Amino acid sequence: MTKSVFLGALTVAGIAAGGAYAGTLDDVQARGKLNCGVTTGLVGFAAPDANGEWEGFDVGVCRAVAAAVLGDANAVEFVPTTGKTRFTALASGEIDMLARNTTWTFSRDVDLKFEFVGVNYYDGQGFMVPTELGVTSAKDLDGATVCIQTGTTTELNLADFFRANSISYEPVPIETNAEAQQQYLAGACDVYTTDASGLAATRATFEAPGDHVLLPEIISKEPLGPLVRHGDNEWGDVVRWTLNALITAEELGVTSANIAEMAAGSNNPEINRLLGTEGSLGEMLGLDAEWGKRALEAGGNYAELFERNIGENTPIALSRGLNAQWTDGGLLYSPPFR
Amino acid sequence: MSDISFVRTEMLPEKEPPASTVGFIGWAKANLFSSVLNSVLTILSIVLVLFVLSGVLPWAFQSVWNASSLTECREILKATYGEHHEGACWAVINDRWVQLVFGFYPPYPIDPTMYLGNPPEGAWPAYFRPIATFVLILAAVAPVLFDKLPRKMLIITAIFPFAMPWLMWGGTVWFPVAAALGFAIGYFAFKYLADIVGELAGLIIAVVLPVIWWLFLMGPFADLMQSIIALDIPVVESRKFGGFTVSIFIGVVAIVGSLPIGIVLALGRQSDLLIVKALCVGFIEFIRGVPLITLLFVASTLLNIFLPPGTEFDIILRVLIMVTLFASAYMAEVIRGGLAALPRGQYEGADSLGLNYWQAQRLIIMPQALKISIPGIVSNFIGIFKDTTLVSIIAILDPLGLTNGIRADAAWNGIYWELFAFIAIVFFVFCFSMSRYSMYLERKLKTSH
Repeated sequence: MTKSVFLGALTVAGIAAGGAYAGTLDDVQARGKLNCGVTTGLVGFAAPDANGEWEGFDVGVCRAVAAAVLGDANAVEFVPTTGKTRFTALASGEIDMLARNTTWTFSRDVDLKFEFVGVNYYDGQGFMVPTELGVTSAKDLDGATVCIQTGTTTELNLADFFRANSISYEPVPIETNAEAQQQYLAGACDVYTTDASGLAATRATFEAPGDHVLLPEIISKEPLGPLVRHGDNEWGDVVRWTLNALITAEELGVTSANIAEMAAGSNNPEINRLLGTEGSLGEMLGLDAEWGKRALEAGGNYAELFERNIGENTPIALSRGLNAQWTDGGLLYSPPFR
Repeated sequence: MSDISFVRTEMLPEKEPPASTVGFIGWAKANLFSSVLNSVLTILSIVLVLFVLSGVLPWAFQSVWNASSLTECREILKATYGEHHEGACWAVINDRWVQLVFGFYPPYPIDPTMYLGNPPEGAWPAYFRPIATFVLILAAVAPVLFDKLPRKMLIITAIFPFAMPWLMWGGTVWFPVAAALGFAIGYFAFKYLADIVGELAGLIIAVVLPVIWWLFLMGPFADLMQSIIALDIPVVESRKFGGFTVSIFIGVVAIVGSLPIGIVLALGRQSDLLIVKALCVGFIEFIRGVPLITLLFVASTLLNIFLPPGTEFDIILRVLIMVTLFASAYMAEVIRGGLAALPRGQYEGADSLGLNYWQAQRLIIMPQALKISIPGIVSNFIGIFKDTTLVSIIAILDPLGLTNGIRADAAWNGIYWELFAFIAIVFFVFCFSMSRYSMYLERKLKTSH
């Protein structure tokens, strides 16, 4: 009995230890570390390497925010979250921001009371089939067996798509991406459907990737982006404009290679404002003038993050597609730094 | 008398039994081919075993141990064993076994940014603390398991519950010392006050005083002592725990904690005191009526919502509490089974000797009841140790959770069986040892011969 009493005592002590609750920005600065929620592992987006260092596209956003706020891209505590724990972790304050390839939807934004600060990857649901089936369009999939992760938006999108095209399918419910890969390769289903980035990453791991094709149809919108809690707009601004800084830097041609040179002053005033040599944008955010410069030094601009983690030279080999700058026909469009 | 009768004057030497009834042939004839049906079944079984082995063995042994990615593995396999050979890529274990064992625990907590390589100045050897914890577990458990070992080793067992969290989490040494002092306070309060104020009042005081100590005085005391004599080791956050370290940590705490709590609950359930009985029955039935995974979700998400925002209530600690409570409810029922199996005469015998309740429990009831319950208790231990893998659902990176993280590395994406096989083998070693020990204990304690 005394043992359980001891544990109970720890509980109460833990509750008592919770102190005053200031703004997230102050909390992060006081703590000296950013608690950033990531996935427990998704190829290209977040994964621990053999040394326990986290790497990936979402991880890059976390590091940029940490660099902007704390001046150290390594001052991040990566908190792995699952699909089930991610939202409570953010709502309860266990993490300061969530960068976990989370789709921006109405209900998550409004009902769950989160604030999506932007989109760092425009994804959409696609289909993968073996080449030997000879299918060239998702509309040819009448009567196909489809491997589908249960309890996700992809399941609902799939039902909508097949109903809209009045064709039939037989779902093979599976729990995780890993299971789906095995089932698909074993021939338990003709088609595997999930986010297109996930399909590309999955196909890259096959022994013969050329034997499988991704169909051209993308049947849903999955804008993935970092999010913060409702009600702390100062902190939301910091994360939003750090993300925008990465995107704007690409548009303006500021890279980690030329940033030192650019920071010495350039004749483009927007670059100067971004890097803090002109204006007082940092001060408005509650940070110092060089926040944008540090965010970019952490992992480079958006393009550099993209190319290093999921771009065409990586095993995942995603093309920019929708994620190109608006000037290149994509959807990336950051509001001006003014 | 004719002299034609023959009387043997010496014994004939024993003849060898027929070759078909001894040795391997005899054994096989008796056990494998005793009838037509059995012969057919035997042959079918042998064919099946050979078939499985012919698939598994080449996969397991014609494999690659040194490669930096799955693609490289496949190339090496092709080059070595030909186009169509499917072999294991154990290189992933070779690359990640340190992570699978220790999770993200820093090798040198004195400088958490350092990974393996040159140790920083004045650091303990790599992973000294988790390894020391593991050795300490073995040293603490050994005298309990084997009564031939010197009884002095029980001192380690007594220190262990306080030393283990300190080694793993770090911080000041005065905190576990202060926690241990609470037990000392309770003990002395009971010893000296029970005679003065009566046994029941003494017992209540012996519970209340330590609680007051732990709640209000322990923290300041530890801080004070720390400021006088600073004895501390670098703090390691729970988030860094992972791999088998976290499985063993949770498993050991649950096992060590559940036995005493389970005994208390089982006794409480049989108690004549109404409130005690109601509390124990309610607790046991509630915990047993709820799946462990639900309790883990309560620990990881619901508590977060109830607690004030910004409260840092360690996730591993929350899980430890939940798993221990879960295990103790089951333990209580196993022990109650042992108590129920004890003949009524044992209780009456204890009463007739004039023993009071605690003496009777300690000297007569519990030793027999626990002996009866050994198989149940150990299978509970094994179950709870394996259940620790459920924590991967709430994003604690135990070995199973880490497989996902490892697969998320582009180099190892697409690898499954090797990781699961490795984890299964390690779990098997632990669980099989526990099961063997329980059989040894049963044989040793057997008194019915």
